[in-house]
Amino acid sequence: MFAEATEAATEVALKSGWFLEHAWVVPVIPALSFFLIIFFGKRMPKKGSEFGVASMLGSLVFAGGAAYQWIQRVNGAPEGAFVSPVVKTWTWWQNSGISFGIGQHVDGLTVAILLVVAFISTLVQIYSLEYLRGDRRYTHFFASLTLFSAGMLNMVVAENMIQLILGWEIMGLCSFLLIGHWWEEGANSRAALKAFFTTRTGDIGLLTGTAILFFSANEWTTKTLGVSGFSIRGLSSWALSGDPGHAAITMGAIALFIAAIGKSGQFPLHTWLPDAMAGPTPVSSLLHSSTMVVAGVFLVARLYPVFFKGMDILGGSANFIVVIGGITIVIAALLAFVQTDIKKVLAYSTVSQLGYMMMGLGAGAWLPAVFHIFTHAFFKACLFLGAGSISHSSSHHSFEMKKDMGGLRKFMPITFGTWIISTLALCGVFPFSGFFSKDEIIDNVGHNGYNVFMYVGLAGAFLTAAYMTRATYLTFFGQPRGASAGEHHEEESHDSHAAHDDHADHGHNAHDSHDAHASQGPHESGWLITVPLIILATLALSSGFLNALPFGEKFENFKKWVEPSAEVVNPTGIAYVVGGVGEARIASETPTEESGHSKSPCGTETPEQGVCAAPQLNHAPFKWSKAAMSMLIVLAGFLLSLFVCIQLYEKKNKKFVGLTERNKVLGFGYKLLVNKYYLDVLYEKIIVRSIAHPISAAVYWFNQKVLDGVVNGAGTTAKGIAGWVYRNIDQRVVDGAVNGTGSVAQGAGSALRPVQSGKVNQYGALLFGAAAIGALVLVIVNT
Amino acid sequence: MFVNQFLILAAVLFCIGVYGVIARKNAVLVLMSIELILNSVNINLLAFSMRNGSLDGHTFALYIIAIAAAEVGVGLAMVLLMYRNRRSIDLDELSEMKG
Repeated sequence: MFAEATEAATEVALKSGWFLEHAWVVPVIPALSFFLIIFFGKRMPKKGSEFGVASMLGSLVFAGGAAYQWIQRVNGAPEGAFVSPVVKTWTWWQNSGISFGIGQHVDGLTVAILLVVAFISTLVQIYSLEYLRGDRRYTHFFASLTLFSAGMLNMVVAENMIQLILGWEIMGLCSFLLIGHWWEEGANSRAALKAFFTTRTGDIGLLTGTAILFFSANEWTTKTLGVSGFSIRGLSSWALSGDPGHAAITMGAIALFIAAIGKSGQFPLHTWLPDAMAGPTPVSSLLHSSTMVVAGVFLVARLYPVFFKGMDILGGSANFIVVIGGITIVIAALLAFVQTDIKKVLAYSTVSQLGYMMMGLGAGAWLPAVFHIFTHAFFKACLFLGAGSISHSSSHHSFEMKKDMGGLRKFMPITFGTWIISTLALCGVFPFSGFFSKDEIIDNVGHNGYNVFMYVGLAGAFLTAAYMTRATYLTFFGQPRGASAGEHHEEESHDSHAAHDDHADHGHNAHDSHDAHASQGPHESGWLITVPLIILATLALSSGFLNALPFGEKFENFKKWVEPSAEVVNPTGIAYVVGGVGEARIASETPTEESGHSKSPCGTETPEQGVCAAPQLNHAPFKWSKAAMSMLIVLAGFLLSLFVCIQLYEKKNKKFVGLTERNKVLGFGYKLLVNKYYLDVLYEKIIVRSIAHPISAAVYWFNQKVLDGVVNGAGTTAKGIAGWVYRNIDQRVVDGAVNGTGSVAQGAGSALRPVQSGKVNQYGALLFGAAAIGALVLVIVNT
Repeated sequence: MFVNQFLILAAVLFCIGVYGVIARKNAVLVLMSIELILNSVNINLLAFSMRNGSLDGHTFALYIIAIAAAEVGVGLAMVLLMYRNRRSIDLDELSEMKG
């Protein structure tokens, strides 16, 4: 079928390497280490943490090697050629023609996320050495943390959907364990349950979507590529092949996107994410930067062709993904304004940034969205670890900004410096890393014709700058308050903010170390905390230059390395070749030049021969004017917020203090935000109750009216009959028989009485004896 | 692939399980023996499922695993209550039901 094509094709041998071929080792190392920690951790001198840190370093080395060799592979390939992913698969289990594989699918997206996850995990584990020192469940904490990273890494290298689900579910379980790490506090275990159940709601979509896609795609993928319908490579090519029916792929994409909504905290299932702050800070940092919440975004980026076709991305009208992303950006950013807990501000900021990624993906800006995953991981991890550093060393394990912080810049210069760098990166200020990713998303969303969402993105940038200024002001400027000022308020802290501040109580067994903190007053944290902060801040500053569009094509390395080329390729070259075999490129497709990019038919039309692996996407050309506009918006956000903060908190200006009580519109908005748009009320009080309540009411009614009526009616009828029967039959005929039976039963009873020995084992023996006799009879009868 | 080996394994497991239920005095061990019996059934189901080339046996086996988990949950809860009340989980001492 493809014979002519292969003749005309130019063979391109692609480089490969040991690390690239063995990328599956990356998740295996922490998974093994998890068992080591569980079984031997408590007996080790460092209580198992050494296994965790060592395994994450090992993963990092392997991921780094794989990334290096992938770059070699891409650089060795001719310009614009499709660089085939390194796919390996082994049969996990099989039955009646359906086989489930396990293996690796390594391409640019995989190595980028592998590297980030391994890197952040390593730093978070090092940080935890200090942060959780002396914790009651220290060993178990490291075990869960390591397994958590293993789950994410497994999901990233996954070759097929089943393996992806495996990693996805491991993360779900570990997030439950880690968020509820201090489960003695009721609020913490409730938060863990909430996170688990909310993400589970989305997970239904993952299973449904996988099933829909498998049953629609399996035939095509088996015939054309020789892989099962679970294979990620197979699904991607199938989606762009013109084979899928409209209904099947749309339903599949919507189901999968619901899973992404749950996991990535998109509206309306974002409610679990701020509550997840109940976990220890390193957990929040890991969960909210590179793992867990990124999983949903990663799923969309991974199976992008499916969403591209299923959701009709670039189809000219708004689609499900871009709408959800846009809504999430704004609602989450608004919620961040009314939080007093520093970690909750960051949590809502994460939700909002995830909204950017989703919006980018939904609007065809695949590369900027993936790049935003990459940069966001560094600065968000840094912000969370910074918040942890403050609570650990200065504010007495409290995260309340208004109550227990303020003026900390003098006491914690390193934390302050790294915080400021990361905040600027988060707000997207040139030349920090967020600028190169977030602005690109906004720019490309506009370029692809989604103008409304471009303005939503800009509004989000304004809000981001404003709420981060508020958080920074409350934390680092002004006068120290509460615990930072040295006040000891252990008792009152219990009632006022029960969930987060008292990890001292169960976390640290030794209370003297805790008191030592208080007498010392606010101070900088130890090097185990500051070194990860400094490393992350450096990356928050510099990682943007991997894809710095303003400086010309030389700086667009991330694009070159990560974005798959939308070339039509020969399916025989893709079919699970092990080793560094390149693939045949079909030369008959003549690329047409349009704005510097070759235009391939992938995504827009069905390829006549060969298959596509990625849709053709556009890239917005960089313009300083657009960048300047968004910079001005960010600056306006900074200044406005700073002005309000100074008036409100420093000068206690009467015009601003208590404004929400005086102005009805503002008061309503404030109330709405404080109650989180009443979504929690909707879920817990209305949805759960409205489903549970009518069912029980209906059952009660049925019981009272129908069943009782029938029973009563039957009763009266029976009574009449019974009277007659009693007089005529019972007294004369039956009694005689009954008395006879009675005496027989009595005799049999006393004969069988010893069998009722009351000994369970004897009953068991009788049961099995009877079963054996029954089986014997069955065999004899059937032969 | 022969089904024999699977069936023999299942039969052996089943017998060990039955022996455990009859001979053991410790309630937890009896529960464990019941698990063995259930799993021998699972092996049978899977063996025949493989031979017939259908997924039905797998489905049943998954159900059994789920139900076995629930069963052991109830069983262990009873053992726990027993221990709280009597400070022992010896089945021989539990003969109030003697007729």
